[in-house]
Amino acid sequence: MSQPVFPFLTTLVFLPVGGAVAAMAAPRLVQPAHRRPVAILVGALAMTATLAVALAMAVEFRVGDSGYQFVSAHEWIPALGISWQLGVDGISLFLVLMAAVLFPLALLGARESERAPSYVAWLLLLEAACLGSFVALDLVLFFLFFEITLVPAYFVIAGWGTGRRAAAATKFFLYTFLGSAFLLVGIVAVAVIHDQQTGRFTFDLLALEHTRLGLSTQVLLFLAFTAAFAVKAPIFPFHTWSPDAYGSSPTGGAVALAAVMAKLGTYGVIRFDLTLFPRAVVDAAPVLLSLGVAGILYGAIVAAVQRDLKRILAYSSLAHIGFIVLGLFALSTEAVTGGVLQMVNHGLVTAALFLLVGWVWERRGTVDAGRLRGLQRSAPVLAGFFTLAMMASIGLPGLNSFVGEFLVLSGTFLTHRWWAVVATFGVVLAAVYLLWAFQRAFHHRPTPETSQTKDLRWGEIAVMVPLAGLIVFLGVYPKPVLDRITPSVEALVHQVDQATGRHQPAVANGGVAAVTAAGRRTPAAASTAGVPVVTAAALGPARAGGPLDLALPPFPEQRRLP
Amino acid sequence: MTHLAYLLPLLPLAGGTVLALLGRRLGEPLAGWLGTGTVLGSFVVACIEYAALLGRHGPGGRTVVQVLWSWIPVAGFQVHVGFLVDPLSMTMVLFVTGISALIHLYSIGYMHGDEDFSKFFVYLNLFVAAMLILVLGDNLLLTFVGWEGVGACSYWLISFWFDRDAAASAGKKAFIYNRVGDVGFLLAMFLVFEKTGSLDYRTIFAHLSNFGPAATTAVVLLLFLAAVGKSAQLPLFPWLADAMEGPTPVSALIHAATMVTSGVYLMCRMNPFLARAHDASLVIASIGVATAFIAGTIGATQQDIKKVLAYSTVSQLGYMFLAVGVHAYIAAIFLMVAHAFYKGLLFLGAGSVIHAMGDEQDLKRMGNLRRYLKLTTVTFGVAWLAISGIPPLSGFWAKGDVLDNAFAFNKGLWAVGLAAAVVTAYYLSRLMALAFFGEERWRKVFPTAQAVAAERAGQADPEVANLLHDGPAPAHHGEGPHGDPHEGPWVMALPLVVLAVLAFFGGALNLPWHPSWDPLGWLSPVFGSRLYAAHLSGTTKWALGVVDSAAALVGLGVAFPLWTRQWHRPQLEPTFLQRGWYIDAAIDTLASHGGQQVAAVAGGPVEQGVIDGAVMGAGRLAALVGGVVRRVQTGYVRQYAVGIVLGAVALLAWMAAQAWR
Repeated sequence: MSQPVFPFLTTLVFLPVGGAVAAMAAPRLVQPAHRRPVAILVGALAMTATLAVALAMAVEFRVGDSGYQFVSAHEWIPALGISWQLGVDGISLFLVLMAAVLFPLALLGARESERAPSYVAWLLLLEAACLGSFVALDLVLFFLFFEITLVPAYFVIAGWGTGRRAAAATKFFLYTFLGSAFLLVGIVAVAVIHDQQTGRFTFDLLALEHTRLGLSTQVLLFLAFTAAFAVKAPIFPFHTWSPDAYGSSPTGGAVALAAVMAKLGTYGVIRFDLTLFPRAVVDAAPVLLSLGVAGILYGAIVAAVQRDLKRILAYSSLAHIGFIVLGLFALSTEAVTGGVLQMVNHGLVTAALFLLVGWVWERRGTVDAGRLRGLQRSAPVLAGFFTLAMMASIGLPGLNSFVGEFLVLSGTFLTHRWWAVVATFGVVLAAVYLLWAFQRAFHHRPTPETSQTKDLRWGEIAVMVPLAGLIVFLGVYPKPVLDRITPSVEALVHQVDQATGRHQPAVANGGVAAVTAAGRRTPAAASTAGVPVVTAAALGPARAGGPLDLALPPFPEQRRLP
Repeated sequence: MTHLAYLLPLLPLAGGTVLALLGRRLGEPLAGWLGTGTVLGSFVVACIEYAALLGRHGPGGRTVVQVLWSWIPVAGFQVHVGFLVDPLSMTMVLFVTGISALIHLYSIGYMHGDEDFSKFFVYLNLFVAAMLILVLGDNLLLTFVGWEGVGACSYWLISFWFDRDAAASAGKKAFIYNRVGDVGFLLAMFLVFEKTGSLDYRTIFAHLSNFGPAATTAVVLLLFLAAVGKSAQLPLFPWLADAMEGPTPVSALIHAATMVTSGVYLMCRMNPFLARAHDASLVIASIGVATAFIAGTIGATQQDIKKVLAYSTVSQLGYMFLAVGVHAYIAAIFLMVAHAFYKGLLFLGAGSVIHAMGDEQDLKRMGNLRRYLKLTTVTFGVAWLAISGIPPLSGFWAKGDVLDNAFAFNKGLWAVGLAAAVVTAYYLSRLMALAFFGEERWRKVFPTAQAVAAERAGQADPEVANLLHDGPAPAHHGEGPHGDPHEGPWVMALPLVVLAVLAFFGGALNLPWHPSWDPLGWLSPVFGSRLYAAHLSGTTKWALGVVDSAAALVGLGVAFPLWTRQWHRPQLEPTFLQRGWYIDAAIDTLASHGGQQVAAVAGGPVEQGVIDGAVMGAGRLAALVGGVVRRVQTGYVRQYAVGIVLGAVALLAWMAAQAWR
């Protein structure tokens, strides 16, 4: 327990807030002509500083520790049981990092015209709220951050969006606001029940997770919490705000909304539903798994008939969120880990795609796939990046999404076989709608208009390179990420198992050792089947445990230290 | 020595990466030479590895595993990136790198003048890297990486000339058909992991007893589904004919010699499972032999020289699956290697013809090319006799091996296979006759530069205009129609000669030259035993050899005179066969049109009417009840948002004040 005393998490939340204030204030000190650049500079600096803090925290993060780290716990409003309680574990670590990486790119990748001082300030506030939600361990604090995201998101869409932006923003606002109402009621109810049992009124998640709840209570509360999360994610069939909102958002806003803010929903499921209501989760799993599968198939099918690239991406997101939901409710270590990883992967890929589509919009004034024809001829670099991100989205092995999707599907196969089987067909559909859209927009002989389209500028390439790098890196070497996510997920799944008396299959935890220990292995039978006798004469420079292999310490059984 | 295995895919991968970043600056032909060089480097490494592996003896001595890094470690699920070097993967590596190097070299000539010259070599290099990962992967998941990687490269290369709608659509079609098969691959992996807790070949083979009969059959059939997609078997073969939209070297490398054989490789690799799944094996053999016959009949009626070869590839792959199904894996690999030689040669020869004719692919507009393309004619002729099964060329031995094993297993399978052999000799003799013999039809109807100009000016002779519209798209590499056809440069000629020699003498691969150098026999430890033709007596084998030769001669003897004398015989080209038994049309109607209708309903009435309608209806109802309908519609929500901000700020301020105290 020799973690530095530096308050990483509190800094992470307040840096962007300070940045927002500065982005509004600083431009007033200069001539009107310089206001925009100054605001952007201040915003970029604040976001970069936030990223630096997040990276420093990730470096200090203890691998193999399943509990919360960098915990910052302060009494706040004792009268109401509210505390300033922040902490990060393997599940939230990479969501924090992802948000810290994506916000600066969203800011820098957006169109010049979008980046008014107030826009920069709203984006910074949205970042603060997202980061706060990912690290809050107090339910009211979480609710506060969760709810505050609505405001900057609303103003970003309504102020700088395209098309029917006011209507889209309103629909988004009302829809998610309605969902949150259930969440608030649920939060208060949990606290009240806990108060009755222990005499202590608190919103501290660490205390509340020991509340004894009857099954029917759990189910009701689970529904209340999940209503909010399902709208935010969005989970089928609560998604209809998203195509309008993503489609009408400005580029940076779409990135922030689809790539980062949407993850608050799925994060809420794993952090609160699985922790507080394990029995309800196990009971309701078939329903939620079915919604996940329905989202995968339905999102893909509807995406196939869209013409607007942004709406295609919105429905594609619905399908990908379906995979995450599938993973979280399948409740095997592989599936849940895959789901968490997929939240990060989806964020990176979606951000890249929305940025690229935004740049197309900027050049052409349309993102109607049918009217773009032949973009690859005039903008090969843009097409190249789009191809990479598209292939990642389709789930090409070697790129990031494949790792997450495969873990989700194979982990789901262990616990809920037929849902996994149906969901696997989603991989065909993903190829259908994305390749079709790509063909319409990028292939064919270019139209005269298309052949005038300019390729990416160096600044835009600079925004794309980190995303492309991460997409490839996480596909080839996801081990550093998985090593940090897995212990927390293992502990969580263990906790659910203990609370419900269910057991995830032995193979999920033990792998080949588990099936061998079951005594089913008969080497004699194997060799009579004509199997070559093989020797693992590994002569490679780097066997497992070699230089590239970060040793993984044994996992502590308990989720967190007393 | 085996330290070098990682270099095999790394060299072309590095080549592809460098070319992607700097290719345009390197330009032509340097980019092509760099691409060729890296693959040649891999071939050299492969030879060194091969020699090293030959030097190892003892049981299991010829199996070496090189683990590079832990890829996906999650609790019980541990998969690493590691290469399995054994006789099977080494055989694949040798012929893949060898053929690839030759085809890279050929492409330098063929792609001359293309504006995306360097990009072509990016994809080609990446393809070779993916193919090597496929065959070297020491677990199913890594094989799947290569499997999908070659699929992606195939997609990029088929739609390389994406200006043409047909090429763009063909690339997409290939990818989607492959994806259908990939569902099988994924599900098989899930099942294998559930049963054994591993995806590592050695581990899962050691835990075969964990699989009951149903599970074994399921694994085999699911992987076979993947193979059917990748290797273009019934009913998922139509994509391969469309894939001919890609540049011809791509057809030679990917859609004949290497990628499409990966389904056969996968089945051979999983042979311990097949050994325990006899019903599934019979399914594989039946689909294989049916494909061999049906694709052959389709190939016998095509007009496009590349389509004939495409269906021929499908048919030959069918033979390979027949061999796999009767557990004659060495025969399958033998045919795979021999096929890579002669089919690669046929495609490169066809490329030569197309190149020389200014992008003409219609056999009916060729004829008597032997007068102008002497080298191409001779080398193409070797491949023709080889694939037809004329002794002593490679095809006779390889196909004979497959048929002998089928005969020993099931006479019915053998009979269909033999019929397909007659068809094989028939369609290639037809191709040979139409292209290289007979009258010079291209002189009559070949669209001249003037005709093109006249057509552009809108005053063309209607017949020529038809030709222009129906024929393949205009030249892509600057080889416009001109005088007499002529041979390509030496970079195109050399691969033809090398492959012709290999196609001629390839049968010798199956001879046990020396106890320490038995090119195909060394595979037997991988496959348990040298099953093939073991039960047959010497007399029977001789008799079967004679029958095979007779079948080849019948097909050849019927087709060659027939099509040399007369090029127009519609009664021999029924629409039913030309349209591929309507299998493509059936799939199109069912999946494509049906799917579009489902999607239209889902995207229209369901999404907008039912789901969003319910939400909006509920919203309106609530608004109506609350009497706020006017406010919502006039944008008063903005005021709510401001209200929330102010409220939140006030709350925060109050909280901060509380905290301060």
